[in-house]
Amino acid sequence: MEAFTQHTGIGVPLRRSNVDTDQIIPAVYLKRVSRTGFEDGLFAAWRHDETFVLNQEAFRHGSVLVAGPDFGTGSSREHAVWALMNYGFRVVISARFADIFRGNAGKQGLLTAECEQSDVEQIWKILEHEPGTEVAVDLADMTVRAKDFVTTFTIDDYTRWRLMEGLDDIALTLRHAAEIDAFEGTRPAWKPTTTEAHAG
Amino acid sequence: MATPTTRADGPEDTTTQDGRSSGGRGRTLAEKIWDAHVVRHGEGAEPDLLYIDLHLVHEVTSPQAFEGLRLAGRKVRRPDLTIATEDHNVPTVDTHLPIADPVSRTQVDTLRSNCEEFGVRLHPMGDTEQGIVHVIGPQLGLTQPGMTVVCGDSHTSTHGAFGAMAFGIGTSEVEHVLATQTLPLRPFKTMAVNVNGELRPGVTAKDIILAVIAKIGTGGGQGYVLEYRGSAIESLSMEARMTICNMSIEAGARAGMIAPDETTFRYLQARPHAPAGAQWDDAVAEWRALCTDPDAEFDVEVDIDASRLTPFVTWGTNPGQGLPLSESVPDPELIADETERFAAEKALSYMGLEAGTPLRDIAVDTVFLGSCTNGRIEDLRAAAEVLRGHKVAENVQMLVVPGSMRVREAAEAEGLDTVFLEAGAQWRQAGCSMCLGMNPDQLSPGERSASTSNRNFEGRQGEGGRTHLVSPLVAAATAVRGTLASPEDLTE
Repeated sequence: MEAFTQHTGIGVPLRRSNVDTDQIIPAVYLKRVSRTGFEDGLFAAWRHDETFVLNQEAFRHGSVLVAGPDFGTGSSREHAVWALMNYGFRVVISARFADIFRGNAGKQGLLTAECEQSDVEQIWKILEHEPGTEVAVDLADMTVRAKDFVTTFTIDDYTRWRLMEGLDDIALTLRHAAEIDAFEGTRPAWKPTTTEAHAG
Repeated sequence: MATPTTRADGPEDTTTQDGRSSGGRGRTLAEKIWDAHVVRHGEGAEPDLLYIDLHLVHEVTSPQAFEGLRLAGRKVRRPDLTIATEDHNVPTVDTHLPIADPVSRTQVDTLRSNCEEFGVRLHPMGDTEQGIVHVIGPQLGLTQPGMTVVCGDSHTSTHGAFGAMAFGIGTSEVEHVLATQTLPLRPFKTMAVNVNGELRPGVTAKDIILAVIAKIGTGGGQGYVLEYRGSAIESLSMEARMTICNMSIEAGARAGMIAPDETTFRYLQARPHAPAGAQWDDAVAEWRALCTDPDAEFDVEVDIDASRLTPFVTWGTNPGQGLPLSESVPDPELIADETERFAAEKALSYMGLEAGTPLRDIAVDTVFLGSCTNGRIEDLRAAAEVLRGHKVAENVQMLVVPGSMRVREAAEAEGLDTVFLEAGAQWRQAGCSMCLGMNPDQLSPGERSASTSNRNFEGRQGEGGRTHLVSPLVAAATAVRGTLASPEDLTE
């Protein structure tokens, strides 16, 4: 995973709450077996609508999504994160994220910056007043800046450290392989396996 | 003999054989399962490393995970704790033929070649054990109390009905579990959902969970494991408990669970992968300790009076936008919170509904009975009982999609297929089907469904499709009357 310290890019105001993962990418777009090419499915239903924010020229090349609360609810599909990243997004700002979405984003290097809803509203106003305004996000000091408006965001310390170091979870876990072996030695014999039926 | 649950590297708060905490405050069921699976306690901000007892795999969220293993030269650490099935993409008609959609076919073929290469047991289309991943785990007896269960699917919370800690994960985590059989995780907060009182006739587990979600909201459970407790929960069958735990994610929760009891043990005994002989006794002794201690404290508690519940349906585009069937489409103007008012306005516009319309007057085009929420034998029985002697209304199509091939087989043995077919419903093969429309079972734009599934999101069942979430009883009555209805409405 690529290390993340700071990012500056066009901010996109998405004035909707409860943006679920079926809206981020509908199920019919989940059939690819690679991690790329999902940008076509991003907000697929809304992109038919000319007035949708990403269809406006000023926002088309946005990379910082500023959304309403409860972003990423619903399905566990990591495709939602891939679709956002394949499109070009590096940061999502919201007052509240769904747990699985936030976890998936952290694994892929998409920054989920949690701000107060009042700050989100402030940024929306700035972006709508002057479409194409850049938003600067700094993970080291956990700040978001749009024009003269500066605020802080929160993210858990561990995810922040992993993002800043660009670390891969599996490699980190495999450092503890001996402890996994030891744990496995203590599991009761009756715990089920998928390969052996006991009764039936 | 019962196996002690204490680990050498476990927490200080040690556990005795009866599951009571020997010092400090008691622990909740979720905390006990967590503690028993900690491979390694994280230092500082680092998460704990948790052991995973069972990993369920399907075709949609696994291809990129297997590809990751291949690129890194890694193996599946425990193929014997892993099982795969084909469910999301599979057609529910003509399943003897190759899948017509080439992209769906590629995804299913990719799962087959990955399972072959990495030595993972797979139940493909046409197999007697094939079905929705959350239906086959319990059915095979693979889901047992006290286990950690994961799957690249948010409805993994279903398995919590057995007193397991079961939650959905993303594809990166699928790869992590395949490679290490563990996951780095931070403890969840705990919420007790106390459901007491006796349910009235015609009110089901689906109505309980829709009422819970309407009460706490789609974000209310974020960061929490919900433990459903109380007399109304204890009186439910295992299948009904699965319906409740299944939709925990719709309240934003990571997992939902119910303490195991005699109902759980009776369901499990003699299932293919349940412990047998002396091992059964060892297992049951340990399972009996899987309950929240009387002196344990939940972070939050919520109370629901089951005796006051009536059939519940959704009117909007998230599962929290629900009301009793006897009420009317709400007026957004009357919602004080601005964000919610805006969401309600958008929902009504998408759903093509006007404020004040009685929910019973809403006409549907399609009724879908199935999914990991309500695609089990008891769901089919309940719906068939309502349909017996009736016909599906003209202009309404009803799809009945069993959750697994075993459910289908059991339904046919009882003659339920005949009841559905005689009523004019379609009797299909097993799979996820119209719950999310990855296969050809989709709504057309503007088409309206009453669906026993779990999500009424915009476009979930097909682009432009409009979904009302309902119980199997309401689904069947709605199919007959053509408008949202409960079985009572058919006798009036």
